[in-house]
Amino acid sequence: MKVFKLIFKNALRHKLRTSLTILGITIAIIAFGLLRTVVTIWYSTVDATMANRLITRQSVSFIFPLPFAYKDKIQSVPGVANVCGAVWFQGVYKDKSNFFARIAADDNIFEVYPEFLLSKEEFNVYKKQRNACVVGASIAKQYNFKIGDQIVLEGDIFPGRWEFEVRGIYQPKNKNTDATQMIFHLDYLNERMKAETPARANQVFWYMVQIDNPNRSAQISNQIDAMFKNSTAETKTETEKAFTQGFISASGAIITAMNWMSFMIIGIILLVVANTMIMSARERTREYAVFKTLGFSALHLTGLILGESMLIACLGGGIGLALTFPVVSGFEQAMPKGFFPFFFIEPITIALAVIATLLVGLLAAIFPIQRALGTKIVDGFRFVG
Amino acid sequence: MSAIIQVKNLSKSYWRNSLEIPVLHDITLDVQEGEFLALMGPSGSGKTTLLNLIAGIDRPTNGEVTVAGTDIAKLGESALAKWRSSNVGFVFQFYNLIPVLTAFENVELPLLLTKLSKSERRKHVEATLNIVGLGDRMAHYPKQLSGGQEQRVAIARAIVTDPVILVADEPTGDLDRKSAEEILTLIDRLNKEFKKTVIVVTHDPHAAEKASRKLHLDKGDLV
Ligand SMILES: Nc1ncnc2c1ncn2[C@@H]1O[C@H](COP(=O)(O)OP(=O)(O)OP(=O)(O)O)[C@@H](O)[C@H]1O
Ligand SMILES: [Mg+2]
Repeated sequence: MKVFKLIFKNALRHKLRTSLTILGITIAIIAFGLLRTVVTIWYSTVDATMANRLITRQSVSFIFPLPFAYKDKIQSVPGVANVCGAVWFQGVYKDKSNFFARIAADDNIFEVYPEFLLSKEEFNVYKKQRNACVVGASIAKQYNFKIGDQIVLEGDIFPGRWEFEVRGIYQPKNKNTDATQMIFHLDYLNERMKAETPARANQVFWYMVQIDNPNRSAQISNQIDAMFKNSTAETKTETEKAFTQGFISASGAIITAMNWMSFMIIGIILLVVANTMIMSARERTREYAVFKTLGFSALHLTGLILGESMLIACLGGGIGLALTFPVVSGFEQAMPKGFFPFFFIEPITIALAVIATLLVGLLAAIFPIQRALGTKIVDGFRFVG
Repeated sequence: MSAIIQVKNLSKSYWRNSLEIPVLHDITLDVQEGEFLALMGPSGSGKTTLLNLIAGIDRPTNGEVTVAGTDIAKLGESALAKWRSSNVGFVFQFYNLIPVLTAFENVELPLLLTKLSKSERRKHVEATLNIVGLGDRMAHYPKQLSGGQEQRVAIARAIVTDPVILVADEPTGDLDRKSAEEILTLIDRLNKEFKKTVIVVTHDPHAAEKASRKLHLDKGDLV
């Protein structure tokens, strides 16, 4: 069609200006995609938490331990279904850059975390073997861990050489379930502590508390913390959600700012494209008068201007979206391995970027179209740019 | 011979900041089919305004303009646009070609609004460019042409739809003597050979020599 040719030629009239505008949109869409990806990951990490789980930790910091004795006391609080002690083991697997969570936990962790899917057979084997461990499907794939494999960790918080045998691989129940953890018996850790550093035995870093009724989480939290008030290890109990929000350290305010920023970026490209379109349309005031004189209708002119605006927006948006994938994966690689338990561009992010691109193309054309249609032919010819 | 253009009691005012600026007063004028009319007069006398009203790109404040039986003041915006595309050819002082289109494409532009097929359009455009003597410049862009050549492309664009009347507003105003002469000869030929009714606005008495009738406007009145 002739019209497309003219739209194309119009867009290429100021090659530098059009290129810069397209480049601007490209960069903005990449920034939008990256920001939204981080924001959605944060929200889905938080969403992955369960409303019926509380975390009890030392009130000062999560690095100070709580005694084993607390477990039964917490269990005795009405409404508490299950209590599971856990220790952040950390350690180094072969190389410091191999980052994934290594946690020593009571065996009922798979009851408290039903979204970690482990077969009954594997669980039974795991339960019976002292140095057994269970790994998430993601790291099993990443490090090629198979049942029966040995994993050797160099301890840092708990010094020494630690040997484990993979006895189970858990599958994530949901897309946002963290499948990058390595879980082993708290008893295995504790026995060695008793033998080597008794002062650090019989301790956990936190308790995961499963409750019957999520609506009572505040009340139960208060009750738990009240029990240990004025003891040597006061506790702080909060929902897993609140705990996770704090733990992934990106504070809520930053995420909210990123959220806003991602949409402000769209606003900025709207201004950039609108500016380009307004300049172009202004320069062509006389030409629009010629088109009208020759009998071209308002619809034709609308098509010409909207088409050009859409062309520029879609070129920029398309390139930007295409580059978002390598940029996001580059960003993931630049972060320590496993820093984010899962990292993917959500379909909603792509959809938002596409909608934003189309909206920018549309909105940027409105003012120039209005002006082109509203200018009388005779005034168009008298117009001096 | 009947009058192809009938202008009756035509007046036109522009408003600037609610201040009325009368430009044309009660103009009555007939143009016969096949006539070559030169409109002359000092700057600001209303020549362009009168031409625009006859050609249907501006609307009268009062009075009638009838062209080939159609009272164009009564047409709605889109009907008027359609009417223009098939009845009037325009030539401007500054050519007003679309710079990103070749000579061929500029001339083809008005034909895009017709039902003609691509090959029919090509035939028409080539024939018309040959009439204006630019058969060998079809792929050239306006900036690759001289002023006189640009104006000839503009004339080709104006006549490619075979309009009833051809209007030209100072078509030679921006050209050197030789190019101006060529353009005038071309317009004269369109009038004589192709029987176009032509109205030309000009300051140049020499240009007006070719016309079959001269009219003078002064401060909005025919004198
Ligand atoms: N669109 C418009 N809006 C306001 N005033 C206008 C408009 N068009 C013309 N005028 C005014 O009307 C008067 C006549 O203008 P017009 O262009 O018809 O004169 P002209 O005879 O063609 O002059 P020139 O020889 O300089 O081209 C001028 O005073 C001009 O300022
Ligand atoms: Mg004039």
